[in-house]
Amino acid sequence: MAERFPGYDVLAKRHTPSWNEQTRRVIDQRLAVPREPRFLTADEFATLVAVADRITPQRKDRPPIPVAALVDDKLQRNRQDGYRAADMPPAREAWQRGLRALDEEAREAHGGAFRELDTAAQDALLTRMQAGELRDAAWDGMPSKSFFMQRLLPDIVHAYWSHPTAWSEMGWGGPASPRGYVRMGYDERDPWEAAAVRNGDIVAAYRKNRRVG
Amino acid sequence: MSDDPLTTPRGGNGRAPDVFRPGSWVPMRHYGDDDEVDFVIVGTGAGGGTLACRLAEAGFSVVGLDAGPWFRPLEDFASDEAEQTKLYWTDDRISTGENPVQLGSNNSGKAVGGSTVHFAMVSLRFRPDWFRSRTLLGYGADWPVDWQEMWRYYAEVEEALKIAGPVSYPWGPPRPRYPYRAHELNAAALALAEGCEALGIAWTETPIATLSAPRGLAHPCVYRGFCVTGCSTNAKQSALVTWIPRALAAGAEIRDLAMVGRIEVSESNRATGVHYHRGSQWRFQRARHVVVAGYAIETPRLLLNSATARFPDGLANSSGLVGKNLTVQANQAVWGLSRREIRSYKGPPSLALTEHWNYDDNKDFFGGYCYMSQGPLPQLWANTQSTSHGLWGDRLMTAMEDYNHNVGLKIVGEMLPQERNRVTLADDKDQYGLPIARVEYAWCDNDKALIAHSLRFMTRALQAIDATDIWEQTDDTCHLNGTVRMGSDPRTSVVDSDCRSWDIRNLFVCDGSVFPTVGGVNPSLTIQALACRTADRISALAARGEL
Repeated sequence: MAERFPGYDVLAKRHTPSWNEQTRRVIDQRLAVPREPRFLTADEFATLVAVADRITPQRKDRPPIPVAALVDDKLQRNRQDGYRAADMPPAREAWQRGLRALDEEAREAHGGAFRELDTAAQDALLTRMQAGELRDAAWDGMPSKSFFMQRLLPDIVHAYWSHPTAWSEMGWGGPASPRGYVRMGYDERDPWEAAAVRNGDIVAAYRKNRRVG
Repeated sequence: MSDDPLTTPRGGNGRAPDVFRPGSWVPMRHYGDDDEVDFVIVGTGAGGGTLACRLAEAGFSVVGLDAGPWFRPLEDFASDEAEQTKLYWTDDRISTGENPVQLGSNNSGKAVGGSTVHFAMVSLRFRPDWFRSRTLLGYGADWPVDWQEMWRYYAEVEEALKIAGPVSYPWGPPRPRYPYRAHELNAAALALAEGCEALGIAWTETPIATLSAPRGLAHPCVYRGFCVTGCSTNAKQSALVTWIPRALAAGAEIRDLAMVGRIEVSESNRATGVHYHRGSQWRFQRARHVVVAGYAIETPRLLLNSATARFPDGLANSSGLVGKNLTVQANQAVWGLSRREIRSYKGPPSLALTEHWNYDDNKDFFGGYCYMSQGPLPQLWANTQSTSHGLWGDRLMTAMEDYNHNVGLKIVGEMLPQERNRVTLADDKDQYGLPIARVEYAWCDNDKALIAHSLRFMTRALQAIDATDIWEQTDDTCHLNGTVRMGSDPRTSVVDSDCRSWDIRNLFVCDGSVFPTVGGVNPSLTIQALACRTADRISALAARGEL
């Protein structure tokens, strides 16, 4: 699929008035997240990588967003959400149990670990999880639907869209302090915002996006 | 930055962080734990922060305790959703029932200033009839306060926060001018206005607590759009930058990272102070009066966790109603795509609204709702598209590319109080060793009818502006009220019209917990107005020797 915002890179604004020092520090830390797991085991982590590839499939023509590493980082820091269902364990335990159960389900249904399956089989398992149809003993009382909707999906999605690459792809302005925005109306774009391709004119959009700053 | 406000208290040793100057301090009064202060206030948000200010200005000695950190927004707040989750109350809670409430992010703050540090700043008055909804409208419960008195306090709060609002407000009795002019509209707000005009109902610029002109050291809102993750320019008029600085100037002491675990009560049914955890030890602050202002989950949790042999069901609970009648608000939305670029991330998220269905009683359900324009940032929007819309994989990735064309309308809708919706204590303990809250919620038929009505109407409003790919977000709720109901009968309420416990006369509650009903507007303005009223009532009682 052609890019909607060719040449647009939120990081090009790093040294503009749209980014302050504390934002640069926070984003730098995120970009430097260790790529190896620190909380999950190598095996659990490999399953998570495969799951994240199906939930947020990435373009192959740019450096990948380390979704699994960002989720592992959240678990390593033991960040909670502020609530959980009565039949859901805290985040760390939910992830460990859920990833193990998913691999059990994969072996039972398809004879291999989740990461070894083809994408159609992987999607079929995730769809059944979303519907709450996975009931292997390995879930140990945690409803598979709750794990999917309350843990797996939000954690992966929050990880993906915490990354500047994701912001660039969706044409979001990104960090905006102290400089906010001036043009507020319909079809109005500040020069420091992404330009979408209009009427098929990729070059015009590209030129505008390279001037964003 | 030399210190980490999340781990090291900033308030103390005679100084407090200056929220208007990076790295700076202002002087602050210091009380010893053994000083019996007039008031110790638990929580410093819309209720507690406001009350601390007004009581200190009335000459009382005041100590405010907050479990959260004391931020300097200019140096501590990043333009980043993930980083700013540090503003939320993310301690463990169990949420259950037929319609479990999502907690943590949009409805629970943990900071000096409470949830006002990340609120959407929408500052609306109740419809006058809502203060007597049982008598006049046939549902809920009457408030033991008069609407005209509340309207005077609304005016005080609007002035204190320099609310930016329209020249004339389309609904309800006449109200005074808003102190600051309304903000210009972003495209998301223009879309709301167009939809209302097409359907023949009124709309207005939202009265909102962010500056449209300079005030002191703060410049006007720059429309960066990160309002609900914390304002890094101080344009937002949170308790942190309004009531709290005033409270300090008037001699109050505020202690951050101070989690209150228990209220102590004497043999003679008087509260004597609070046990609080700060700097890795439990301490005890003596006080002549205790005010609980922790919002509708932490407030009943503290009262229940303070149970004694004499009060085995928790403090202030002779009615058995502490924790019951938890009343959230419906927060459903309809989303669609516009041919035009909306870029709803620019500006405060809800710059336009309609209260039409709060004032039109030609409906088949009780209560009402307003709806507002929306501006979700990427993480929130992706989470909505996945968990509420069910998208993942290629469908999610494609939907996210349409972000700049997304347009949405979202309600704040009145749910009815029900005793079965409640806060109790769970077996699990938190990091302080205190039993955590268990929150139970189920929608009643009236709630469902209101939601269905709003979804139908907002769908029409989006159709009227030629939006495509319209879908309904059916699951969301917002705001937490009602677990320590105020009333005029000790058998059916926990506190009286002065927000004073019927059972323990020197114990007060000052937050959304006391709401008998929630109305169809955001509660923060009403919480602050009620806090101002409570402060005046306390002064009046003290003058008569009845405190």
